Amino acid sequence: MAQEMTTTAKREVVPAEQGEVTRAAVVYRPDTDIYETEDQVVVVADMPGVAPADVDVNLERRVLTIRGNFHRQAHDGYRLVHAEYGEGDYERVFTLSEEIDRDRIEASHKNGVLTLKMPKAESAKTRKITVKAA
Amino acid sequence: MQLTQMGRTGWDPFAEMRQLQADMNRLFDNAGVFPAAQAYPPVNLWIGDSSVVVTAELPGLSAEDVELTIREDTLTISGERRQAEEAEHAGWHRRERPHGVFSRTIGLPFRVDPDQVQAKFDNGVLEVEMQRPEADRPRKIAINGN
Repeated sequence: MAQEMTTTAKREVVPAEQGEVTRAAVVYRPDTDIYETEDQVVVVADMPGVAPADVDVNLERRVLTIRGNFHRQAHDGYRLVHAEYGEGDYERVFTLSEEIDRDRIEASHKNGVLTLKMPKAESAKTRKITVKAA
Repeated sequence: MQLTQMGRTGWDPFAEMRQLQADMNRLFDNAGVFPAAQAYPPVNLWIGDSSVVVTAELPGLSAEDVELTIREDTLTISGERRQAEEAEHAGWHRRERPHGVFSRTIGLPFRVDPDQVQAKFDNGVLEVEMQRPEADRPRKIAINGN
């Protein structure tokens, strides 16, 4: 409880795909949590300022790409005097393991947080093995 | 490229050393390797003619989760960032999103009127607009000629 909550500066990245970017925005790597429960793997990514309609989740073979396009809010008549975070797009690429059931991945975006629920394939679920007394 | 007077004085070893030093400084300034901890939440401050806007990145939170307090020329943002219940007993692969209780007080450039504050949440970005009290606003004074 006594520990002060801190964060680190956003990490800028070079977009994963080769070639020129057609948008003049900075691209950040979203802070991401990945955890695994008994029957699914959950990916949670922070993309503040990105509306649900501007989130793009792409799965190509085993490569999962998440992308969020940011629309700058106009602050007409105001000037920025102190800045601790930058505004820009988000992008991050993950490689999925074989045990994810790719047809049942669910994505939701709320309050600037993208959540991906990826169910494990039947064959990959953990099973409890009962031990018989001999 | 650093321009040195090669012609008259010959090779200048100090120019190369200065260049090396500049390169090293730039390497550490970028600090991509060891980003320094910063206060939570990170804020941007905008100033207009008679108002000030504070924006803060608070992804995952909504209006009910955050408390704003204004006292003279300070704004305090406090709240808690929780993680999902199911995550507590899960196996973790990556944990980068900060969570916990936070409270941050931001000094504003002038006193603000607590009755004229507008705050909104937009996709995890908090925006608070505060007005300068009428009495404190700068006034143009006409200079009388003779």
